[in-house]
Amino acid sequence: MQEHIPFIQRITGPVNQAGQCLIFLFRMLAGIRFSGSQILAVLQQTYLIGARSLVIIMICGFFVGMVLSLQAINALEQFGASDQVSLLVGKSLFRELGPVLTALLFAGRAGTSITAEIGLMRATNQIEAMELMAIDPIQRIALPRFAASVISVPLLTALFNAMAILGSIVFSIGVMDLDSGIFWSKLQTGIYFEKDFIGGVWKSAVFGGTISLIAVYFGYSAKPTGAGVGTATTNTVVLSSVLVLIFDFIMTSFLT
Amino acid sequence: MEDSITNRLDSSEPAIRIRDLVFKRGRKTILDGINMDIPRGSIVAFMGPSGAGKTTILRLISGQLRPNEGTVEVNGQLISSMSDRELRLFRRTFGVLLQDGALFTDLTVFENIATPLREHTSLPETLIRRLVMSKLSAVGLGGIEERMPHELSGGMARRVAFARAVVLDPDIMLYDEPMTGLDPIAVSTIRTLMRDTNDALGLTSLVVTHNVNQMSLLVDYCYIIASSKIAGEGPPAELSISTDPGVDQFMNGKVEGPIPFHYEPPGEPWGLLD
Repeated sequence: MQEHIPFIQRITGPVNQAGQCLIFLFRMLAGIRFSGSQILAVLQQTYLIGARSLVIIMICGFFVGMVLSLQAINALEQFGASDQVSLLVGKSLFRELGPVLTALLFAGRAGTSITAEIGLMRATNQIEAMELMAIDPIQRIALPRFAASVISVPLLTALFNAMAILGSIVFSIGVMDLDSGIFWSKLQTGIYFEKDFIGGVWKSAVFGGTISLIAVYFGYSAKPTGAGVGTATTNTVVLSSVLVLIFDFIMTSFLT
Repeated sequence: MEDSITNRLDSSEPAIRIRDLVFKRGRKTILDGINMDIPRGSIVAFMGPSGAGKTTILRLISGQLRPNEGTVEVNGQLISSMSDRELRLFRRTFGVLLQDGALFTDLTVFENIATPLREHTSLPETLIRRLVMSKLSAVGLGGIEERMPHELSGGMARRVAFARAVVLDPDIMLYDEPMTGLDPIAVSTIRTLMRDTNDALGLTSLVVTHNVNQMSLLVDYCYIIASSKIAGEGPPAELSISTDPGVDQFMNGKVEGPIPFHYEPPGEPWGLLD
């Protein structure tokens, strides 16, 4: 059944939500204590959402590196410049593809599970129980997941990049028989650590924060029903993917 | 420290006093003009049809909701005008058992029960361990502390939740449908636990339920809430022979009576002949 929503609420609704989401962020940040139990909780979540995403990130990274080299060599061959492949792969990977693809994969792998988990906690009264025990659920549930994402997405991005370079090596040197010395020297001279690599990792930290903020907020505010949790999970993937791409453009155009 | 507060409390004063309580959700009046005095040491039930506002009363007492009019006093303190911070401190005097127990699914049984202790006290680990184990064996479940909540049966989970609710030695216990979905043996176990704990520790217990038979065996006093008012009150034995049509309808589960079968949405009257 489609609910009829007045026109004005179609505009005020999302604005209101965005404001609520920001308040949620500030309440989370206000809860940072660096206490032993909090650090332990963050480490635990880093394992659960970061380390558990390793396999998918590594496999995807490897194949992205392969296909990137394949396309690059095809295109560069026409100008007789196929020995530039490592430069092309490296630049596009470190600056854009690594951070963005890792973030999108992370939204699908970890963002959804965060939303579903918190939504189910809401549906089974666990969040209400915490409030009644005078425990702040935002600090206890949302903050560790948020912090763990901000820590793990840059690390996952770095790993994605490394696997993609490995994939590129396998394809360019192993399959296409390019010279490995040229491959490495182009990579070394053409890629700048700070500008290309660190710039991308910075972006990915922002992506990690964006995805996890949306994931915890949608989970926390999900309707406590099966359908409500389902909708919240879908919304998390859709909105965080879109925002990652929008923020990517904004940050790239301002920072470089 | 907790004990000194308890000792200062006058035992003749009611534990909870509610005056002229009005609560509205949007334009719909959920509760209208409720007055209650709940004596210390008693077990009191709120009964009534689903959606009558029983759980709402519980939430007004725990301070999760604030009344539109009227006052709620717990242990002589005005809940309805406390700030969030005061409320957070005050909630430590409550033990709460929610529907389905609401155990934290990502923690072991031990950590579940230890959570309130870790959050609100700075007791050493050995003492926390001893307290948790004693509460766990008090509910008859010694030896399951390393299990996860999903490995427990419904009755066991409810007992663990009970142990968690009493681990900080509360003054007041709030139960929201504590027996729903349990088998008859588990129901009796929970009922016995509720009564024994209440009498041994001198608590005041409030129970929201619609299980008429079980409540008659457990509670001292009973409020029936229907159509946003108190439809009847009294000890369960008196209520079951009440001649009041609303009370009679609820206690004996009749379809016909003053509590309507049709839900009446607010606003436009709904009718088949329109």
